[in-house]
Amino acid sequence: MKKVKISSNNILLLITIALFVVMYGLGCVVYASKGFTHLQTFLNVLINNAGLICVAAGTTCVMLTGGIDISVGSVVAMDCMILAVGMEQKGISSVVLMLLVLAIGLLFGLVQGYLIAYLKIQPFIATMAGMFFARGMTAVISTEQVSIVSDKLFVGLSNAKVNIPFGIGAYTNKKGILQIPYVRPTVIVAILVVVLIYLMLKYTKFGRSIYAVGGNQTSATLMGLNVAKTTMLTYVLASFLCSIGGICYCLNTMSGTTTQASGFEMDAISSAVIGGTLLTGGVGNIVGTLFGVLINGTISTLVKSHGKLNSSWPNIITAILLCFFIVLQAIFAKIKEAKKA
Amino acid sequence: MSKLKGLTKKQLFLPIFSMILVMLVNVVYDIACGNPPLSFFQIATQVTTSGDTILFGRLIDVLNRGSEVVILAIGMTLVVSASAGTDISVGSVMSLSGGLCCMLLAGYGVTNVDHYKVPLVVGILAGILLAIVCGIFNGFLVAYLNIQPMVATLILWSAGRAIGLLLCNSAIVYVRVPSFQFLGSYCGPIPTPILVAAVCVAITALILKFTAVGTFVQAVGINKKAARISGFNSSKIILICYAVCGLCAGIAGIVATSRIYSADTNNIGLNMELDAILAVALGGNSLGGGKFNLAGSIIGAYTIQAITTTLYALKVSSAQAPVYKAIVVILIVVIQAEPVKAYFKKLSAKKAAAKEAN
Repeated sequence: MKKVKISSNNILLLITIALFVVMYGLGCVVYASKGFTHLQTFLNVLINNAGLICVAAGTTCVMLTGGIDISVGSVVAMDCMILAVGMEQKGISSVVLMLLVLAIGLLFGLVQGYLIAYLKIQPFIATMAGMFFARGMTAVISTEQVSIVSDKLFVGLSNAKVNIPFGIGAYTNKKGILQIPYVRPTVIVAILVVVLIYLMLKYTKFGRSIYAVGGNQTSATLMGLNVAKTTMLTYVLASFLCSIGGICYCLNTMSGTTTQASGFEMDAISSAVIGGTLLTGGVGNIVGTLFGVLINGTISTLVKSHGKLNSSWPNIITAILLCFFIVLQAIFAKIKEAKKA
Repeated sequence: MSKLKGLTKKQLFLPIFSMILVMLVNVVYDIACGNPPLSFFQIATQVTTSGDTILFGRLIDVLNRGSEVVILAIGMTLVVSASAGTDISVGSVMSLSGGLCCMLLAGYGVTNVDHYKVPLVVGILAGILLAIVCGIFNGFLVAYLNIQPMVATLILWSAGRAIGLLLCNSAIVYVRVPSFQFLGSYCGPIPTPILVAAVCVAITALILKFTAVGTFVQAVGINKKAARISGFNSSKIILICYAVCGLCAGIAGIVATSRIYSADTNNIGLNMELDAILAVALGGNSLGGGKFNLAGSIIGAYTIQAITTTLYALKVSSAQAPVYKAIVVILIVVIQAEPVKAYFKKLSAKKAAAKEAN
């Protein structure tokens, strides 16, 4: 007998999805004249946030273990710089560089994971050191802004369009030209990441151990789980996903600068929190995180569509939403406690 | 030998040790460069273009530039101790309070003034008051709604700077009045930020010494429920800690604003929360809450500034400095880590056993 119960966690996810639908619907009604109703607007939100989706997926896994990873923004900046300088100034092929970036991600995760899992250093401090290191390294590699223009494969990947099949959402614009909605390859990567992480969390031993470790370390140990190993592997996974996200981000911006992606870690964390992941660990869902990122993206699109609002409004609206969700979570937690007692 | 061991077990050993280490690096560097070996500690006087005599030297620079982090570290220590979490909003709140202060002094939408629109005191008090309100908001979420501190303060981390930008109409507001620059410049020969930090530390130290507040905070931090059952109003104590943290952020924000006599909302207090948390951790305080040591945090804060100043002296650019900072942080926390300590204990026990066998 399997029954889908509506628990407090499900409700949070449902509210997140509902909020996204309402917000987007509102945009469609208010900004219909500015093309908000076209499928392409939604796809653009995905295109702009493909990197963030990958990074937030990793952050969610780390948060599920009860830890935190604030190094991701700096690592993304470092990845972009490595790609940009490697291609433009050193003339290395983009394939080699992408593999290098992924390898660096693994190594970064391994070091951070070891410090946190085996040397019992607080995740905040260990990843803060990682953050400093990566941000500083970006400046060591180069302090100027480097734009990627020469590598054919990378530029091609950045400009590649994957059209939506069967003419879904296609329309003719004012000039009478047929517009077929498209996504970039990065979006496919991001969706693939979300699907894989979803399946991993739900159906593999490793995924279930992540929830167990985050729920209660002592009982996880008593169940015979290797808590330290699970924790370390989660950080490795997060940094690896962060490197994938870094490549996606770089395909969007096509440049490397020292200040790039600052505050990215908090975007990732707030997306996960809006999606219903608790920082204390054990509770959360990757689908929620995806919608968290989409909500963040929709807010900036809405503010941009308005055109006259100050650029700091997206931050403020995100903060208000964050506040709303956090208080909601707290209320659900209190109800749960009251039921128990 | 046993005396030395007793010394290493003291809580303040690590922060002082790392401070001395940083100073040693300076001495070695100066010798290598052919400078007098103790030039790090030299304090000279300098006459400014306006004819004032001011103190000058690397040590003064460390004390001066480290003031904001020291002030923040006071509040952060209390927050960490009481709620077992960190307040990551302090940098944004600094920027917000500086922004409000300058906005009031200059008037909304004005970016450059040479006279006050409202009295200076009003501007400063409003800035600090807003920061306290921010602290109370954080404290309410943490203490009464039981939200994890980092998530609760994430709200203002994101909104604080953005609201500051709105207040200043997304521009840098300059207040070119000499009296506004006082808090960030010199009081006689001594840089005023040093005095502000010293006063903040002294007041906190006196309160902790002559009242039981410190014990209350630690009791709540060690076990919130047990403290409540023993008759403390745990939630209220946590709320007060966050309010104090907000107050500290407000003062630091005003000092930082006064230093550059302008509200550069995008940059004031940027990443300062990380330095403040680091100061607490370097001071030998557990980020897991409970017992705290204010002196440790303050030494930790100056150590961070000493590292930064030393790196600049070594001609490392400000963008590249974080690499070395990261390495230093990792070294210090690894030495502190329990498993590493246990390993060394085992090693020394083995040695002792081998000695006995002989």
